[in-house]
Amino acid sequence: MIPAQFDYVAPATLEEALTLLSEHGDEAKVLAGGQSLLPVLRMRLNAPGVVVDISGIQELKEITDQGESIRIGAGATYQDVLDSPLVREHLGLLHKAVTEVADPQIRHRGTVCGALAHSDPAGDVGGPVLALDATMEVQSRGVVGPRQVAAADFFVDLFETAVGDGELLTAVTIPKHTGWGSHYEKFVRVSHQWAIIGVAAAVRAEGGTIAEAKVGLTNMGSVPLRATAVEQALVGLAATEEALAEACSLAGEGTDPPSDLNGQADYRRHLAGVLTRRAVLAAAGG
Amino acid sequence: MTRISVKVDGVTYEDEVEPRTLLVHYLREQLGKTGTVIGCDTSNCGACTVHLDGRSVKSCNVLAVQADGHEVTTVEGLADPVDGTLTPVQEAFRDCHALQCGFCTPGMIMQATDLLRENPRPTEEEVRVGMEGNLCRCTGYHNIVRAVLEAAAQREGQRA
Repeated sequence: MIPAQFDYVAPATLEEALTLLSEHGDEAKVLAGGQSLLPVLRMRLNAPGVVVDISGIQELKEITDQGESIRIGAGATYQDVLDSPLVREHLGLLHKAVTEVADPQIRHRGTVCGALAHSDPAGDVGGPVLALDATMEVQSRGVVGPRQVAAADFFVDLFETAVGDGELLTAVTIPKHTGWGSHYEKFVRVSHQWAIIGVAAAVRAEGGTIAEAKVGLTNMGSVPLRATAVEQALVGLAATEEALAEACSLAGEGTDPPSDLNGQADYRRHLAGVLTRRAVLAAAGG
Repeated sequence: MTRISVKVDGVTYEDEVEPRTLLVHYLREQLGKTGTVIGCDTSNCGACTVHLDGRSVKSCNVLAVQADGHEVTTVEGLADPVDGTLTPVQEAFRDCHALQCGFCTPGMIMQATDLLRENPRPTEEEVRVGMEGNLCRCTGYHNIVRAVLEAAAQREGQRA
């Protein structure tokens, strides 16, 4: 399979990239690692006039400590995130989820921000980023400073985000969750495939009791979801399987997951309860 | 057409390519490096795995223009260019009979080589997880995993 023809530009600076995106509007597609875009181009699901490769822009590659949060630039690959001591120490949930993304070859090229901008509901990083209350940094030419978009407002629909034509997702900033327990429970038929569903859980426990919990769901709707009912019900519970079971069983309530060859919607709702229990228990160290 | 300069298996090539040309097509059709094979063409099977600046990638999921100014190693660039001495991974694949039809082998060897560079003494579980992006439809993976572990042991022996 060969993509349709396109022009290719590889700007060296963010300013150049923003200029190109503003000139080409909806004719342009951004390539960061290309691990989602290239399959789309090969299958001719999209045929952009111009591909803007941002992988050579040094300033976008950085993962930095912002004090209260960690900022991951649009050029940082999954492997960069896995190798980052900052992410490991302060964003354990993201670290765990990234180990489950696709396979090593894909992780060497693919980027966290690219996956967020692609917004595949079965992608592994949307749920964790949403659960950890991240903020997306969106930039465009002629606008001074980035537009900050809360993760809760970022995912609009299937493959659709708050990033408009001419705009670029330049970074995701995630508040530190130092000392929180975390676990990403991914349910798949083939190890390196997309999640049938996934559950991302971060838990702050105090003396065996859950003080705070954050739960994100992968592929339980057209966008990543936050299981807020579960989060609230977990507070004050002992971190044991018996104590958690009822609260976690709420995870599928009110969701509208897809039905496909891997499972019907009701099966996914059932799985959500089971996997949330496993994820929360593992995150709480139980 | 876009002009690229890319070092492949130790030799620098200057070529004109269409931006839509996949790296695997460039390697096979323009450079004649047919040791790298196209398996699924959907970035699932890993048969087309090569190293880009020392890290494994699926060459059906990289554009040739993205390799401009970078260094590619294919399965053809592993053995000693002068006397053809195989690497420990290649030797182990031969000695452990880690293949049947052989189609997945170039990608398996490239991924195993990357895996051992990152983790020189992996456990069996780590080998299985590290090779998850490479599919084999013949062997059931048993001898492939054995070969990677054998290569790790051999390299350890050489270092000792």
